[in-house]
Amino acid sequence: MVKCTPFHPRLSELNTTQLWQHWAGYLAATQYDIAAKHEYFAARNAVGFFDASPLYKYQISGRDAERFLAGVLARDIRTCRPGRAQYTIWCDDGGYLLEDGVVFRHSANDFLLTAAEPNLSFLQNQIGALEVSVEDVSVDSAMLAIQGPRSRALIAALTDEVSELPFFAHTQAKIAGSEVTVSRTGFTGDLGYEILIPADAALPVLDAVMAAGEPHHLRPFGDQALNILRIEAGLSLIGVEFTSSRLSFNEHDRLTPDELGFGWLLKGLEDDTRPFTGRRAILAERAAGASRWKTVGITVDGHAFDSLYFEAGLIPPKDEPPAEWETMLYDDAGEQAGYATSYTYSPMMQTQIGIARVRPELAELGRTLQVEQTVNHTYTSVPATVTRMPFYNPERKTSMP
Amino acid sequence: MTDTHRYDAIVIGGGHNGLINGSYLAKAGLKTLILEQRHLVGGAAITEELYPGFSFTTFSYALSLIRPEVIRELELVKFGFNPIYMPTAFNPMENGDYLLTGPDRDENIREIMRHSPRDADAMDRFDHDVGRVLQLMHPLFDRVPPNIFGKTAEDAEDVAWLLTHLGSAEPKVVHDAVRLITGSIADFLDDYFESEIVKGSIAAGATTGTKVGPMSAGSGLVFLMMAMGEHDGNLGSWSFHKGGNGGFTQVVAKAAQAFGAEIRLDSHVDHVITKDGQATGVVLQDGTEFFADIVVSALDPRRTFTELVNPRELPTDLVESIDRFQFNGTSAKVNFALDDAPRYPALGDRTDHYRGFVSIGPSIEYLERAYDASKYGWYSERPYLDCSLQTFMDPDMAPPGKHVMSCFVSYAPYHLKGSDWDTERQGLGDTVQATLESFFPGFGDLVLHREVVTPLDIERVVGLSEGNIYAGDFLLPQMYFFRPAPGWSQYRTPIEGYYQCGSGTHPGGCVMGAPARLASQQILKDRAAKV
Repeated sequence: MVKCTPFHPRLSELNTTQLWQHWAGYLAATQYDIAAKHEYFAARNAVGFFDASPLYKYQISGRDAERFLAGVLARDIRTCRPGRAQYTIWCDDGGYLLEDGVVFRHSANDFLLTAAEPNLSFLQNQIGALEVSVEDVSVDSAMLAIQGPRSRALIAALTDEVSELPFFAHTQAKIAGSEVTVSRTGFTGDLGYEILIPADAALPVLDAVMAAGEPHHLRPFGDQALNILRIEAGLSLIGVEFTSSRLSFNEHDRLTPDELGFGWLLKGLEDDTRPFTGRRAILAERAAGASRWKTVGITVDGHAFDSLYFEAGLIPPKDEPPAEWETMLYDDAGEQAGYATSYTYSPMMQTQIGIARVRPELAELGRTLQVEQTVNHTYTSVPATVTRMPFYNPERKTSMP
Repeated sequence: MTDTHRYDAIVIGGGHNGLINGSYLAKAGLKTLILEQRHLVGGAAITEELYPGFSFTTFSYALSLIRPEVIRELELVKFGFNPIYMPTAFNPMENGDYLLTGPDRDENIREIMRHSPRDADAMDRFDHDVGRVLQLMHPLFDRVPPNIFGKTAEDAEDVAWLLTHLGSAEPKVVHDAVRLITGSIADFLDDYFESEIVKGSIAAGATTGTKVGPMSAGSGLVFLMMAMGEHDGNLGSWSFHKGGNGGFTQVVAKAAQAFGAEIRLDSHVDHVITKDGQATGVVLQDGTEFFADIVVSALDPRRTFTELVNPRELPTDLVESIDRFQFNGTSAKVNFALDDAPRYPALGDRTDHYRGFVSIGPSIEYLERAYDASKYGWYSERPYLDCSLQTFMDPDMAPPGKHVMSCFVSYAPYHLKGSDWDTERQGLGDTVQATLESFFPGFGDLVLHREVVTPLDIERVVGLSEGNIYAGDFLLPQMYFFRPAPGWSQYRTPIEGYYQCGSGTHPGGCVMGAPARLASQQILKDRAAKV
């Protein structure tokens, strides 16, 4: 039977639509209120909160914790100081992506890794002779994301510790009498924080957050709003942008970090002192120029999109929720150029955008590709431009007050 | 003459149309100067802190009909364009009940059924039929109107295009269009609905800014114009810009400057310099001169043709047409700074109905009676109010927990009988506040500050003749190829090099940008033909 997160008693009161979905075995709101777009604007204009509790959480500690993670994670954990966090990925020995997550470093020997999928045996199986323990602490804590331009002011009203917190830093703080971890992280591409709360303190903390948020027009947002937000932020999602290589059936499902646009995480790849899993294969991929894809943003030509529908006697269907299927892309010759894994109307960019995988020779910024559309039950296409991601990247996301 | 005062193009007026026109010209490579009489750009689309901590959209208050083409072509997203979704529409009733609608069609149907089960299935038909008419009108909006009096091959081609376009539509759609354009919204609504609140909620918009009541012929046209607004492709849907409409015009000003246009504030143009029937520049009231072969007026037709240039240099027919052009400002604004959100008794402590417009116009009769007063030179005793508590969309507009409330007021005729607006300003404010008090008991106790903007204030501050928010009423003889005058609807004037780009030209007023965009196309086309 589906589980409820520690916030559920409150969220179920807030969810006036009673639209729910299942996420990692938990009941998660699809949409709380009148419209997903309204919730979306909470995070872009004011402040919104999202229940991220269903994420899996692993505590990794011990004398060799850093050495262990340096070998498992593709991003160099040694560059992550205590009090900082990293978005990270891990690969198999073929250099293909397994999963992604965020790792928080609490001290020299103590880390917390969050992931969307279970990883306990995967992590434990790689300990070998190292002095390190990996413990599943998923249900010990609830996680509340507080995102949007007003998030700093909201949290400042609850605790003094966070106003100077840099992007991807975290700190211990006390909210509503409970010890919590506040990090300047999130999945919206905006100014935002996430609070890790002991499960039994989840409701009092949420209540304190909601009270502090009232003057800032805090409102909850559900999965649909988050999906638009994260596509605008150019953030990949497991199960959408990629499948774990371990669970892939063939090479079409398998992708390398470079193919997924994660190359920037691999800084220091040449450094032989860190032989992480997949490193040799990735070096070989780079040496041979063997990457099959590049991940890019695509931005649809809004004028062409409108004209296509008007000329067909239809009203252009903008403002639809993100597509739940892949959208095909074509080059000038009509050959398949790639495919968009995420595709949505962007209220900030005022046109359709997508996260796409294209053949490397077609990936340069500004190139025009054709995006498949179905109009009057017939396949046709509209032009789109290859764009740098994130599509929306406000200064406040990373700036200091 | 110094080089620093020589430009390729000078735009008079830094309202949204002046800024948009200047942006297009600068983007095309013209050295462009935009002159604004006030200390800030935006014209009627400004946001001002008139009370400490509270941002007021003093005049224009929503991104009504902004054309997607303008957003795209001027790359406004890059400069901070940020429209905010308004999901609700709240229509209080005099008996304490209400109609509250939103984006969920099925919830709306249930809400309408509370008022009339018969009207439940009428809404889809009404929306669809209106949508078809809007589809038909859409291409007319984004094109220069044909000159039906012209004799050139190009004119003939334009007229042929129009006839083909209309001729290819379904007869019912054309008929509905004609019924709306020439008839009253009250008659049109009677074909679909019986509920007074449902009809009132739709008819209210059909009286906005123009001296017509919902029973007047011509209110259908105003309805159609308002319904041309779109937000994210949803026709008939308006949005609110981050920081109010002043936030929007700041974005356009940034775009204009990025394209190379120069914006000069505190520069009140006295007149356009002409020589041998050709515009050569402008003179400011302080005597400063600027020179350009292209001079564009973003001001209304009265100022464009009878103040900025000498009417004696213009054809008599045109001058007479402009003299006859109806301004008839009938709108006012009352803006409130509120200590808290008002409460509607039937909704208890709820405030979620403030996430969009709050329309006080509960029936056709209420609206028509409000209109009656204006016919006899007085403001409505119970006015139609189009309100928005903009803080619910954008908390940055007021301190936490406090609110700004913008109330568009109709009818408040520019010409008062037996009094004047300086005398009646607070009387109007009291009337509006009393009306709100009757729907939201205790409203008066929440008021921290009140700003009353009469039609005379609109004229004095913004420069719109008779305070007409559209720079000329939306009346059929003043639309499309008649706007602002027969033969002069293509943004040119009889003075070579002198152009018009304001809301007094096709398609008309509202924060739309279409007149400025189409005018820029015409200017650039003429310029290319000369070279």
